[in-house]
Amino acid sequence: MSAAAEVVGTGTRRRDDALAWLRRNAWTIGLVGFLFVLFAFTRVIQPRYNAAGVQGLAISVLPLALAAVAQAVVIISGGIDLSIGSMMALTSVVSATLMDGRSDEFAIAVVFGVLVLGLALGAVNGALVVLTRVPDIVVTLAMLFVWAGAALLVRSSPGGSAAQWMRDLVLGSLLVDVIPKATVVLLLVVAVVWIPFGRSRLGLSLYAVGSNQLAAFRSGVSVGWTKVMGYALAGLFAALGGIALTASTGIGTPVPGPYTLLSVAAVVLGGVSLAGGRGGVFGPIIGVFVLQLIRTDMTFLRINTNLAVVTQGVILIAVVMVGSLIEIRRARR
Amino acid sequence: MSVEARMSRLRERGGIRGLFRDQPLIPLILLLLVLVVVIQVVRPGIVTPSWLGVILRASVPLAIIAGCQTLTMLTGGIDLSVGAVASMAGFVTATMVNSPGGVAQGIAISLVAAALAGVVTGIGVGVFRVHPLIMTLGMSFVVLGLANVWQLTTVQTGSGVPASLRSVGSGTIGGIVPMSLFVYVPFALLILVGLRRTGYGRLLYAVGDNPVAARLSGVRSWQVLVVLYVISAVFAAIAGLLVSGLTNTASVSLADSYVLPSVAAAVIGGTSILGGRGGYGGTIIGALILTVLTALLTVLGLHEPPRQILFGAIIVGVAAAYTRVTAES
Amino acid sequence: MTAVATESLLHATDISKRYGAVVALRSASIDVRPGEVHALMGANGAGKSTLVKILTGAVRPDAGRIVVRGQERSVHSPGDARRGGVVSVYQEPSLIPDLDIRSNLRLTRTPVDPFHHWLGELGVERLDLRRVARRLPLATLRIIDLARALAIEPDIIMLDEMTAALPANLAERVLDVVGRVRGTDRSVLFISHRMIEIGAICDRATVLREGETVGVVDVRPGSEQRIVELMLGEAAGEMRRDDVTTERAARAAGTTPRLATVDLAKGTKLRGVSFELHPGEVLGVVALEGQGQDELFEILAGAAQPDGGELRIDGETASFGHPADAIRAGVVYVAADRAEALLMQRSVRENIALPFSARFGSWGPIDTATEDETIEKAVQTLQIDARAGNEVRRLSGGNQQKVTIARWVRGGLRTMLCFDPTRGIDIRTKNQIYKLLRDLAASGAAVLLYTSELKEIELACDRAIVMFNGRIVNEIDAAGADEATLLRAAHNIGADGRGSELPLDDEEAAAAEARA
Repeated sequence: MSAAAEVVGTGTRRRDDALAWLRRNAWTIGLVGFLFVLFAFTRVIQPRYNAAGVQGLAISVLPLALAAVAQAVVIISGGIDLSIGSMMALTSVVSATLMDGRSDEFAIAVVFGVLVLGLALGAVNGALVVLTRVPDIVVTLAMLFVWAGAALLVRSSPGGSAAQWMRDLVLGSLLVDVIPKATVVLLLVVAVVWIPFGRSRLGLSLYAVGSNQLAAFRSGVSVGWTKVMGYALAGLFAALGGIALTASTGIGTPVPGPYTLLSVAAVVLGGVSLAGGRGGVFGPIIGVFVLQLIRTDMTFLRINTNLAVVTQGVILIAVVMVGSLIEIRRARR
Repeated sequence: MSVEARMSRLRERGGIRGLFRDQPLIPLILLLLVLVVVIQVVRPGIVTPSWLGVILRASVPLAIIAGCQTLTMLTGGIDLSVGAVASMAGFVTATMVNSPGGVAQGIAISLVAAALAGVVTGIGVGVFRVHPLIMTLGMSFVVLGLANVWQLTTVQTGSGVPASLRSVGSGTIGGIVPMSLFVYVPFALLILVGLRRTGYGRLLYAVGDNPVAARLSGVRSWQVLVVLYVISAVFAAIAGLLVSGLTNTASVSLADSYVLPSVAAAVIGGTSILGGRGGYGGTIIGALILTVLTALLTVLGLHEPPRQILFGAIIVGVAAAYTRVTAES
Repeated sequence: MTAVATESLLHATDISKRYGAVVALRSASIDVRPGEVHALMGANGAGKSTLVKILTGAVRPDAGRIVVRGQERSVHSPGDARRGGVVSVYQEPSLIPDLDIRSNLRLTRTPVDPFHHWLGELGVERLDLRRVARRLPLATLRIIDLARALAIEPDIIMLDEMTAALPANLAERVLDVVGRVRGTDRSVLFISHRMIEIGAICDRATVLREGETVGVVDVRPGSEQRIVELMLGEAAGEMRRDDVTTERAARAAGTTPRLATVDLAKGTKLRGVSFELHPGEVLGVVALEGQGQDELFEILAGAAQPDGGELRIDGETASFGHPADAIRAGVVYVAADRAEALLMQRSVRENIALPFSARFGSWGPIDTATEDETIEKAVQTLQIDARAGNEVRRLSGGNQQKVTIARWVRGGLRTMLCFDPTRGIDIRTKNQIYKLLRDLAASGAAVLLYTSELKEIELACDRAIVMFNGRIVNEIDAAGADEATLLRAAHNIGADGRGSELPLDDEEAAAAEARA
């Protein structure tokens, strides 16, 4: 059809593949570029910003990055999950409480147990959305209360502890100073779970349901089942986020942090369409880094940190506005 | 089973469903009464006029914020910025107690600031078609951040909740009737009548029920939405003033804890988050139910955790019941 | 399966389906033999699409039996049907817009090589499988959908208006490929409005009318006439012109038209449409589905903007940026799709009163006494049964349609656009609606009426314009037009029954190619 495709040859085909990949991931790549510009800018305004700074950044974004991945999975399937922060709080206190004073081997078992718990929590969210046919915002809003309450039942105040190996896993750097372990762990974990899933038929179904539910149904996709699996996967990532919280702070905190709402911001910034069906999970991770680094920079610039919150809000709104303007223009055509 | 018996059973079922569908207020009021009875049984003698006054007083700010939520949900939206706007209003007013204009100036400034936030939100939702969830979420960051900035720039002025606000927010007449009712009753009447008896109220339902039909009938929905989010922000600001008076505190996160219960109150009251169905009467009852439920759980010695779990379960259960009853057969 | 001599490949009997108050299928039956191309025919709203959706599991029937290759089937989803060897290509392509073609193939477990083979057979030689479906033109998507269906070698493939939206060269290839099924042990269920295609490739035709199978016809030269008769049915006794009109106002020569268009254009859907609508007349629009009438009405109602051409109201050039502009100019629109026009969860009163709160100036308190009076009057004028008036969605289809009209009649109107206002409603209500349109015209209003039920053109209209392929191809005096004449006109065939379909412009084909 297009002129480029008519020229056949392995060389050009490989180039076409690369071009197609670039085009598909243009937003994420742009965001990575922007992140590097931000890093450079940070160096300029604060010459002492070094590997330690990067490592600090990597550790501080870890829970939010996993929350953003969880949110991205659900939004890709056409839903939204407002209970992610609560699921993180619950899994965080469960892991910290169970690990308290136990051996490293036991801690490994705890990690797996908590991951299964996360899957189950997410599956409950998904099953309720599918079975009650209540809008996902309402269901997950209600589950926000439920999971947060459950977290407080597990422990009413921050406490517990994390196994030492978990703390070592995210602290420090790998090979060279500027590659923080936390980021390597983050990317590895997400890649191990997401890449096989995304390539599977279930992963395709997830995009299909988010993109056009009717067409997905007609293509033979089981819509309800796919949605439940999407929420379950989000639960899994939320559990990973909870474990990351425990690992990075060393304790479990029963009160949900601002992760749910920030995760939506990061997902939108990461190029995932709120309408569903478009985007990936790596864009949102970069989005989290960008949001956090802007905050850091504003501290360096001695700008009131509160203006950083304002900036985050403005960025969120601006990104969505631009996105919907593009949609409106496309619809007009 | 005879045909007649089957028919009458069918009618009966239609009757109960029909009641729930057409008059959702009746089962809600029954639920509220049941809760009051239960609390009286659990702790005999607790239900007194002054207890009722306390419940009402605690319900007022929630009912107002839930009003914002009801109006926005009728159009198929949601307003998550109410918490930030309400806190900002209470806080800004408190910082201006000692200014030349006094409390009045503080209230005026906070209401204007809220209205500005509402205009921006409304333009984002109505003109740029940003999803209301995102727009109001972003707006809450902006408002919260600016309130914090304000906090830092105004450290020199004394920041106490003005006495007048305290008396309106937490004062009573004869120890029973809360003063805040004098603000609330006209407010509630305004919303109740406005929704039923003004062209604008009708349009809120129309835009939420079917934006295409509204457009084809000549409605320019962006106008409706901009005005809506301004109204919502101003109402939230009023609620914020009452909250600061009620709790005698002013902080930038004062009313945050009202956001999710306000959605819950509207949902329990029968307003559909998809728009076009519901009303403020149900929301008032919903807010009372949530307040009484909180009191009941406190009496039972159950504290925060089970209360939250129960809140969540109730929201899902009630919303599922509404979905079932109002689903097209 | 070994060659068991089952006479039929697919046999469905007594299929029925209701949607609320609307009966989509009353008692439909169909019998498809192996190795045939079987046409499914029927006027708009006869239930063809519903039947196809039921056969492929997309919609659950209320009653009926479906037997495939001698085995009774109950299909719960298109996935089920697909595994059972029944696949459909729907009018709107069922490709996932945000996935590339390769992923779409994987989603449906379609083998790639046969897909490429069929794609080639269908005339699309080079297709980059990495393209995202959203960015491909509709024609290409439909071809891909068809190739994807063919690639899994189903027993039965159902094609719903497959050649619509295809340029002529591709349509020809499709017909060629479909025709090759004859004599194999597979079959095709073919739905098309284009009589020529039916004659060219189909063996038999099942005709549906008002949700019922009214006949099965062997297709051979000359059988078109029989099919048309079956589609129309016994029209006699249902309605007479006298019921709805007494006399027609003679149009004074030289009056300014209330509404006129000059060379109105919109993409490939609408090309150079010019006509005049005068006060006091009901002007009919005769067209098959998708000949540009939807776009025309949307533009006139202010819901869409034309790419070119001019719109004149009372002789003055007008441009509508929003339906509110059209309404202000006295042009009101009654849509066929009541889901598009009504606030389903709101009351009859709110629905009728809606346009009167629309303007900023009328957002204030409502004068209930005046409103009671006007609503009551409108309800009576249109004889709306408003007993279940709390929620419009609980009214019958006919009453719902009356509400959409009452909304405009209430204010007194100058120009009314009615897009298929009688779709799916009962005869009595139809009569009332057409009488109302005649009355409106008699009182000086101008009415533009598109109806998919051709016999109603003669009943309600003064004259009619015929649209085909985005153009106005004919103008007919409605008084003398019988249904057969109108149907032929709509198919753009001459009185001798021979087709004279307009060839697609070369430039248009080139444009489609360029977009691809």
